[in-house]
Amino acid sequence: MRLTLPQRQIIWAYLFLSVALVFFVVIRWYPTILAFNVSFRDWNVFEGSGPWVGIENYQEIWQDAGKPRSSVTAAFSNTVRYVLFGVPTQLVLALAIALLLAQIRRFAAVFRVAYFAPYVTSAVAVAFVWNWLYQPETGLINQALDLVGLPTQPFTKSPAQALPSITAVAVWQNLGFAVIIFLAGIQQIPGLYYEAARIDGANSWQLFWRITLPLLNPIIVYLTVLGTISYLRLFALVQNMSPQGTGGPLKSTTTVVLEVYREGFSSYKMGYAGALTVLLFFLILLITIIQLRFLSRRVEY
Amino acid sequence: MKRSRLFTLVGALLVAAMLLAACPAPAAPAAETAAEPAAEEEAMAEEVIEIEYWQYNFGARVEAMNQLIAQFEEANPNIKVVHNADIPYAEFRDKIAASVPAGVGPDVATLFYGWQSAWIDAGYLVPLPEDAFPPAMVEETFSPMVQASFVEGTLYTLPTAVRALALFYNKDLMEAAGLDPNSPPSTLDELRDQAVACTQRDDEGSLVVEGFVADPSGQDHHWFREVLVRQFGGVPYTDDYTEVLYNDEAGLQAWNYLLAFHTELATGDRDLFDGSTNAFVGGHVCFHVDGSFRLGTIANNNPDMNFGVTELPEHNGIKSTFGSYWTHGLTKKAAEDQARFDAAVKFLQFITSSDAGALWVDIVGELPAQLEAGSNPELLADEKLGAFAAGLEYSYATFFADESQQRQAIIDSFDMVVLTDEDPATALQIAADTDQEVLDEFWSGR
Repeated sequence: MRLTLPQRQIIWAYLFLSVALVFFVVIRWYPTILAFNVSFRDWNVFEGSGPWVGIENYQEIWQDAGKPRSSVTAAFSNTVRYVLFGVPTQLVLALAIALLLAQIRRFAAVFRVAYFAPYVTSAVAVAFVWNWLYQPETGLINQALDLVGLPTQPFTKSPAQALPSITAVAVWQNLGFAVIIFLAGIQQIPGLYYEAARIDGANSWQLFWRITLPLLNPIIVYLTVLGTISYLRLFALVQNMSPQGTGGPLKSTTTVVLEVYREGFSSYKMGYAGALTVLLFFLILLITIIQLRFLSRRVEY
Repeated sequence: MKRSRLFTLVGALLVAAMLLAACPAPAAPAAETAAEPAAEEEAMAEEVIEIEYWQYNFGARVEAMNQLIAQFEEANPNIKVVHNADIPYAEFRDKIAASVPAGVGPDVATLFYGWQSAWIDAGYLVPLPEDAFPPAMVEETFSPMVQASFVEGTLYTLPTAVRALALFYNKDLMEAAGLDPNSPPSTLDELRDQAVACTQRDDEGSLVVEGFVADPSGQDHHWFREVLVRQFGGVPYTDDYTEVLYNDEAGLQAWNYLLAFHTELATGDRDLFDGSTNAFVGGHVCFHVDGSFRLGTIANNNPDMNFGVTELPEHNGIKSTFGSYWTHGLTKKAAEDQARFDAAVKFLQFITSSDAGALWVDIVGELPAQLEAGSNPELLADEKLGAFAAGLEYSYATFFADESQQRQAIIDSFDMVVLTDEDPATALQIAADTDQEVLDEFWSGR
């Protein structure tokens, strides 16, 4: 049987896709499903098995959450705070920068690279550089504050400032990606709309509110969902910027993923860690569905 | 047409990349089985038994163990020891946790003594056979702190070497502050006074030289529990380590003594220079409580520093120090095969002998776990190691149910006082409650 060229191309496409599929099934999906299984067991990490205990791990999390100074409660409330501080800041800043970048012609590429560079930098390297910048007394930021006569700040060493300080770094790191996506979106908007509006006497504020922002809605939704997920999964920055990677001081920066790591790999409580993972999975799912439901609305002109 | 060929090429490259990326996981056990036929052939020729030994990567330890293995293999030509020391410290536990279920772990593994409970609970370590390691022999010939290797009366591990805490002092900084570098503090009161005298600030009030930095995330949480509490007349735990006792009057005095360096006396700030240890190694601190393992760090990072080491300061005539050790255990994997288990037992006997301890102290700087080698007069007279060796006879090793959580309890309570102005007594009670909870969870499970 002879296949036509398009048919052969399709077969090749499926062949390549199937390899990728195998990769995803083995490396991504199988461990994900395993995590659900582990969360219902008293899993022994050395044996790679454990007796079925039903929802005992979840009950334990619930009990722990009720205790004073609970790590679990701190982890979930901090994670939500990272999202609430991080995502809006990131969107507003990225949009502002993208609007400015869309205006300029000279050195546009240089600026884009400059904003995008942090995004492709390893989170660990970013964390180390910012640790130095945040150093009390000797850090660059504190020396600058000192120079202009302002009091120096403890940043990551203080329970009150640590979470905003780490959020700021996460925003700085993720900004470039959002800027590039916004920029692409802005350039997709036909210049015709602006011309027509100007002829009708619209000022630039109106142009932004009535044309740019509504037409960027799909991009805003996309960036909100992706940004939220990335803040819900925050780990590397906290692990490398809190004292001894513990999510301190006083649990003020710990996240759900960090607790999963600590319970699983430092206390060997794999079942408990698995249950936390499952809870985080459903939290991400829930928030994403809500966001898609309420933020998506089609805008046509 | 040209375009589709490009796609094919890119596609093929992607597939190749994915295959490469996917390979390591299944390849690890495959490598293991590939090695087996070779081992079998040798076994047929002269019955060579291959055992695997793991420790984390630390230059001097790797070197010392290589020498021990060479000696052992020479004495036992039918046993081959594969030495895996490629794993960085931070990943050692994760790696063990990931490898052993996959059946590629060690037969003999080196672990921190504080991890024993977790490893035993996880079913990973097997008891040491009593005929090869009689409990009475361990009691008589090993440093008293090695008692921590008995978990509920059963011996699970034995060390080559042990460490104790002592007081490091920077002679140049002492001299600059007008103190006599030949008489470092020998009591807690002297330590406090000299730390205050040694502290220097610039015109704006910023610390330039720190007298003493209280930092429970270093060794000070051990110093508090096993040394200060005892010196102020208390005991940190009941003898069987089931109950926290440091939340009494003596404990509070000890706690306040430690806190005062940060709060009232302000002789140091652990956030400066990246923690008390780095600050001392960098030459910014006069007095510092640390273990013998820090001698190597200083030799590598600041070899010109003019410093001395003395025994921990005493108080109320009580001397105490915290001992700890990296210890060797036999794994379940070793126990699965009698021939390999016998070989592993032999190897363990060899690396925990007095001779091994003597070799270890020369290369690593840790003290021999065997009393005979530890009380060697030459060692006691050593300018740097002598203070640690002297501490061995009055050292305590805390039994940890979960070292990282129990340590964190002290760190968090310290932070509550210095960062959120919590009342010291309340903070200490919180540490004790958290610690007790960890112990209860551990003991209730057995």
